[in-house]
Amino acid sequence: MTPPIEYYLWFAAVLFAIGVAGVLLRRNVIIVFMSIELMLNAVNVTFLAFSRQMNNVDGQIFVFFVMTLAAAEVAVGLAIIVAVFRNKESINVEDMNLLKW
Amino acid sequence: MTESLFFIFAAMAIVSAVTVIVNRNPIYSAVSLVITLFSLAGIFLLLEAYFLAVVQIIIYAGAIMVLFLFVIMLLNPEKEAKFLSLTNSKTLIITLLSMAFIGMVISLVSGSVNYIGGVADSVGNLGTTKNIGLTLFTKYLLPFEIASLLLLVALVGAVLMTKRSLR
Repeated sequence: MTPPIEYYLWFAAVLFAIGVAGVLLRRNVIIVFMSIELMLNAVNVTFLAFSRQMNNVDGQIFVFFVMTLAAAEVAVGLAIIVAVFRNKESINVEDMNLLKW
Repeated sequence: MTESLFFIFAAMAIVSAVTVIVNRNPIYSAVSLVITLFSLAGIFLLLEAYFLAVVQIIIYAGAIMVLFLFVIMLLNPEKEAKFLSLTNSKTLIITLLSMAFIGMVISLVSGSVNYIGGVADSVGNLGTTKNIGLTLFTKYLLPFEIASLLLLVALVGAVLMTKRSLR
């Protein structure tokens, strides 16, 4: 008995909400990054659920591209974190305020 | 069988996702995130995305998490004494935003399930490597090439960003 698509959608929604909570609540920029990964994965689950529902492989290709994008994003983001840490000796998001007015 | 597997994987993913955001030590968070990603790979298998389940384990749980752990250990941040960033005005804004967000999600999901019919009959080869490759290299050839360009730019950008001085 395969579970209906709503289960997957609810599961993805919960996972996405946890990711949002992490981005809003945490101050450690690495944890914020991990929360972004959680959100990307929640979206992937939705894509795959609908891909299975429609019996169409296009959704899976989209997930493939999302994973590529996530890899690029993590590489650049962690490089930025290392660069900021070198200048500020901190990975607290509240210390990264150079672009704030 | 599939349903009970779904509930097991979903519970594992949600519990470890919560652990990711409540842990004070970033290393524990990273390990919890690995557990989340593994359970998500299980969910992918249930959705007949065989190729993507393997890619999830190799790229996410393997490469990306190693990168995370490497940076955490490189920076060696001290544990946060007060790890939540809550001030009064911020709490208010977050409460309002999350109320709006939860309402939006509930209305979206419960609204959309009325429009979707039953699950299509499984033909058993939806997410196989052959099927994915055929679609990727015919219909999505141009996006695939653009993705390779994106990876190249990210690679150069990451190397350039971590250089000590640009000369």
